Amino acid sequence: MFYSQAMRFAFSDEQEELRRSVCRVLNAHASAAHTRRAMESEVGHDPALWKRLAGELGLTGLVVPEAHGGAGLGWIELVAVMEELGKALACVPFFSTVCLGTSALLVGADDDQQRELLPAIAAGTATTTLAHLESDGDLGADAINAVATPDGDQIVLTGHKRHVVDGHTADLLIVAARAPATRGADGIALYAVPATSPGVTRQRVVTIDQTRPLADIVLDRVRLPARARLARAAWPELERILAFAAVGLAAEQVGGAQRCLDLAVDYAKVRTQFGRPIGSFQAIQHRCADMFLLVESARSAAYYAGWAAAHEPDELATAAATAKSYCSDAFFRCAGDAIQIHGGIGFTWEHDIHLYFKRARASRAFLGEPTLHRERVAQSILGGE
Amino acid sequence: MDLRFTDDDEAFRSTVRAWLEAQLEGEFRHLRGCGGPGREHEQIEGRMVWERALGGAGWLGLGWPQSAGGRGASLIHQVIFHEEYARARGPGRIGHIGEQLLAPTVIAFGSDEQKARFLPPIGRGEELWCQGYSEPNAGSDLANVQTRAELVGGQWRITGQKIWTSHAHVSDWCFAVCRTDPGSQRHKGLSYLLVPMRQPGITVRPIRQLTGNSEFCEVFFDGARTPADHVVGGVGDGWKVAMATLAFERGVSTLGQQIGFANELDAIIAAARQRGADRDPDIRQRIADAWIGLRIMRWTALRVLSHGEGGELPPEALISKLYWATWHQRLGELAMDVLGADAEIVPHAPYELDPLQELFLFSRADTIYAGSNEIQRNIIAQRALGLPRSH
Repeated sequence: MFYSQAMRFAFSDEQEELRRSVCRVLNAHASAAHTRRAMESEVGHDPALWKRLAGELGLTGLVVPEAHGGAGLGWIELVAVMEELGKALACVPFFSTVCLGTSALLVGADDDQQRELLPAIAAGTATTTLAHLESDGDLGADAINAVATPDGDQIVLTGHKRHVVDGHTADLLIVAARAPATRGADGIALYAVPATSPGVTRQRVVTIDQTRPLADIVLDRVRLPARARLARAAWPELERILAFAAVGLAAEQVGGAQRCLDLAVDYAKVRTQFGRPIGSFQAIQHRCADMFLLVESARSAAYYAGWAAAHEPDELATAAATAKSYCSDAFFRCAGDAIQIHGGIGFTWEHDIHLYFKRARASRAFLGEPTLHRERVAQSILGGE
Repeated sequence: MDLRFTDDDEAFRSTVRAWLEAQLEGEFRHLRGCGGPGREHEQIEGRMVWERALGGAGWLGLGWPQSAGGRGASLIHQVIFHEEYARARGPGRIGHIGEQLLAPTVIAFGSDEQKARFLPPIGRGEELWCQGYSEPNAGSDLANVQTRAELVGGQWRITGQKIWTSHAHVSDWCFAVCRTDPGSQRHKGLSYLLVPMRQPGITVRPIRQLTGNSEFCEVFFDGARTPADHVVGGVGDGWKVAMATLAFERGVSTLGQQIGFANELDAIIAAARQRGADRDPDIRQRIADAWIGLRIMRWTALRVLSHGEGGELPPEALISKLYWATWHQRLGELAMDVLGADAEIVPHAPYELDPLQELFLFSRADTIYAGSNEIQRNIIAQRALGLPRSH
């Protein structure tokens, strides 16, 4: 291959324009007041905002191939969008529909399945999510106990999925289940389950982070056609889907961390104690400087993960683990530090900073804590445990 | 976004690599891996010969404009040179202070006469430079410079003391920030003087560091002289020029430095394997953390480079020093924990440390020199975040 384009680790003009257009919509329609109204509503989403993002901007089709009604763009663009959504703490089922559900279909579904399922998602008329976790949220293959039993030309699905992001509203559930009498990674597959199928019961659960709803889903002898089983989605593909999702989540964490830093710095400039702005004290300045270092370093990790997701398939797993561990730590630390810099007001329900702190905690755990991802990196450089 | 090097870049890389291999397999074989931070005392004479070899082959002043006798190489080519140099374990540079700090300053602020006098010998690797900034009472507070210079009979006469001066004992010249206006305070009344080191008015005394070695010196000026026109950027403009020099310090060499870091991390991983520490869950986490930290260091450097040639550096450039110094110090601590009780045993009398012990002890300096972590945080808070000055 001939490369004449100079090396450049930055968004292109088109990618930058996409980022700005998302930012404009979120500034106008995803204020903290919008977020609070949405999170306290029954579904936990902002339908008007979703209409703008999915319908008008077409963001749900970002990574969907043009042949299936999408924009055919890649993960670098998705990283730019996720960063903006993270800044705004936007209450929309975007992470679930695009990073989880669409990733699952892009990696695991064959052409026919994609042709059937992706156009409605790309058009913004259907949402989807991934139901891979069960009892204690364990990410290992052994934790998948839902069973898919063949019955003639049908499949019967039974199990109890938990921690399903936006699972109470998603139109299409991509469910991880195993063949009867299998163990470990053997026999695991993904199944496309319309949420209205008889035998599906869904319940939003109360979560510390109210800005991203989770649901419990009970599957009680749900009957599906054989083609509901995604054609090329066994355990290794599920791991790959989760790596793609982790890239998106890491970018969202960068946005959240950036907003925490901005809120802290803005406050430190105007809050006066001892007759001067608290931002003139080194104790505050140095904390802010450390936050800035974390935000910029996290951004480097997330952008590289976006590049790997788009162009370096062999590096995806390690790049995703790198980004997810670093960005999780950075966001959590920045959110905690932002509360500290705000002092008493930062401890109130009324101030918005706790929403970021809670999102930081929830997204740190989802798809695996930093220690798990660091151990994956350790395995790639040191070998097995 | 494209993280691949172009074919032209790769061709340049091959040229650099071939030249370095030929030299470091041949005439300069004994210098491979010598010198560098923590080991500046090694093979000084040989490394001075090496500087002239680099100059003769046209590798010095790579990024200087052609009008100044350089090759006008792109940022990426400069990065590639530094990467290949580190990968080949080229000897620690002793000419880099002249080439990478003084020369860009002279190119930006110097007179035509100064360019003609000082750049060519730097480009040939013949004249070595040291930096006269810090003083016993002007460390982080650099504006508190007390070294005085006054014009007597067409010459500057310099009296005072500089400290933490790398390579002072082998240098031909020093660029020194001196107070030329006797009644002046702080940033005013300073000038940036170019002073010959080999003269009776200058005494150099090495400082023995906690590693047992010496790579920094004290320099005493007792009526040292330099011609009146050896001032860069005008009398009284020394602060502005000195700060510009510091800005050149965060340049393209950082990606080469990271390859040296990668070599150190590899040595730690090898030691961990050999000792079975690679099965310890805490050590595994910390090795992964170091590896992740180094990867991110590279990507941030690439983001800064992508900002383009010339112009202001982006705000994220300001984290570079704080980030690598902190990372590297932590790496030294990890090395010792990997070695366990044996980390305590010095291999050779009287006090010849092995490379990982050297890394551990020398990296205490990383968070102090070239702007301490505390000063870096002040700079970030005030310049990147716009927080008010603390006084």
